Amino acid sequence: MRNYLEFEKGLADIEGKAAELRALARSDPQMDVEAEAEALDARARKLLEELYSDLSAWRKCQVARHPERPHALDVIQTLFTEFTPLAGDRNFAEDLAIVGGLARFRDQPVVVLGHEKGADTKSRLERNFGMARPEGYRKAVRLMDLADRFGLPVITLVDTAGAYPGKGAEERGQAEAIARSTEKCLSIGVPLVSVIIGEGGSGGAVALAAGDRVAMLEHSVYSVISPEGCASILWKDAEKMREAAEALRLTAQDLKKLGVIDRIIPEPLGGAHRDREAAIAAIGEAIGQMLDELSGQPADALRQARRRKYLEMGRKGLH
Amino acid sequence: MNWITNYVRPKINSLFSRREVPDNLWRKCDACGTMLFHRELSDALNVCPNCQHHMPISPRERFKALFDGGLFVEVPVPDPIPDPLGFKDEKRYAERLRDARRKTGEHEAMLVAEGEIGGLRAVCAGQDFSFMGGSMGMAVGNAMIAAAERAVERKAPLVVFSAAGGARMQEGILSLMQMPRTTVAVQMVKEAGLPYVVVLTHPTTGGVTASYAMLGDVQIAEPGALICFAGPRVIEQTIREKLPEGFQRAEYLLEHGMLDRVTHRHQLRDELAQILRLLTKAPPRSHGDLPAPGDEQGAPAEGDEA
Ligand SMILES: [Zn+2]
Repeated sequence: MRNYLEFEKGLADIEGKAAELRALARSDPQMDVEAEAEALDARARKLLEELYSDLSAWRKCQVARHPERPHALDVIQTLFTEFTPLAGDRNFAEDLAIVGGLARFRDQPVVVLGHEKGADTKSRLERNFGMARPEGYRKAVRLMDLADRFGLPVITLVDTAGAYPGKGAEERGQAEAIARSTEKCLSIGVPLVSVIIGEGGSGGAVALAAGDRVAMLEHSVYSVISPEGCASILWKDAEKMREAAEALRLTAQDLKKLGVIDRIIPEPLGGAHRDREAAIAAIGEAIGQMLDELSGQPADALRQARRRKYLEMGRKGLH
Repeated sequence: MNWITNYVRPKINSLFSRREVPDNLWRKCDACGTMLFHRELSDALNVCPNCQHHMPISPRERFKALFDGGLFVEVPVPDPIPDPLGFKDEKRYAERLRDARRKTGEHEAMLVAEGEIGGLRAVCAGQDFSFMGGSMGMAVGNAMIAAAERAVERKAPLVVFSAAGGARMQEGILSLMQMPRTTVAVQMVKEAGLPYVVVLTHPTTGGVTASYAMLGDVQIAEPGALICFAGPRVIEQTIREKLPEGFQRAEYLLEHGMLDRVTHRHQLRDELAQILRLLTKAPPRSHGDLPAPGDEQGAPAEGDEA
């Protein structure tokens, strides 16, 4: 059973009918429904093309949050070998909202980090829906230090609604933990490649995404605040999230124009969740190319170029 | 003091407040409700003489009370692209900016200045909560970078007074990118071996707390200041319970190990002077040595403005 988004209702009807027909035919071999089912398939495909060729910013937010979208662990398990998760911040706890460890990417040893939202109710709760507490960011700092010490490139997979707004998280220094993680991103002398694979939510995303190269999946979003949050503050009405999403310019396409990200990774028709394998393969291609662009650079040159990139960011507007 | 004559003279007008004198000469303390004479309150740096509640103070007023002789030179901050997204909610961003400029008499939410604190040269950046909630956009990022560059150029410490409701949402992702940008600014100061001191004032929240405001070599806060990443209302909505008394206030953070000190505004100047001199290995100064703001010889009288 596929999860349909609110704007995919028409699609759900057509695909549902096709599936029903085929189920009928299975129970009654006399029936010949294939021609009719194929016509429905064609209609569905055409509708999918129409819907996804021009997704509004708010629809992209929905696609980016789709529960079947490939998450960090899906990407890690497909693209990396010898993944060896490393746990804990050495101060307080292990935060399962951020996964990380040693691995090989195309035979090269690397450190990989990512926000993990979880795949079912149990893992979603365990991983706090990918909303990290300070310990997650402190673990990220620790693993980036490890990478720096051994000269391993760092790859980060960003997918979070934001850092967790909880009592304990605040008491244990959420702000400081995020600040240190961003600072570490900007300090290490090894390549840092980031991919926004779903939601890039505010400071909790930046803390892992201040890289040399930043790519976004075609329908992922990256924003200073959620459209709902922005709408409730500026419009004083959380229901104005469509307007807020539009105004925030949070799509990969707008961010590329603003020079905030370096590349857009195309998604399969109908979004990454419709063909997870193809989406993950495209992520792998992009990571490979970005690592190639950065290979062989001395630590200091990398650091300087990374800092310059951020200092110079925002020299162009979007009108 | 030679450098002051070299640099200050052309821009000495930074001494004078551009704010209009308020029509009502009385102000009520936000905390205890005492009616305070405006002049009395501003002489006390907006600290209520009755209950010691620290009310907001503009960077310009703060700098007048902080730098020796009340003398400081504004460090120019490059203007960013105005309204990079063409943002409009119920009001145009460009209009909100215009209103904030009219209301505060300031150009943006962060003022950068250099001068001497207890005889030691320092660069200071002050965030202005009355300017669109002190929110961090491109201009605040540019201000932090300009402050860091000036500190490195002068081999002087950088002191930042933070105050912000968070990011400037109207600049979208570009406001978020000020987190790494300002972090690079802090790194420039630290790598030059210079002290970076943060004074967190009420309120410091969101992406500001989660970047330059938590990266100080020394972290000081003013009493009662709200300091957090997520605000108390957001947390209460998330966890559906009441937060304890004093949660996310300066004293609470001090208790939880997140700050070095909580310092009364009236002691801040002496304390900063001492910390900066210790960190830069400057010789100690006896207390009477510290030229009080306004006492400095050569400070121009009001109306000297060219
Ligand atoms: Zn009072």
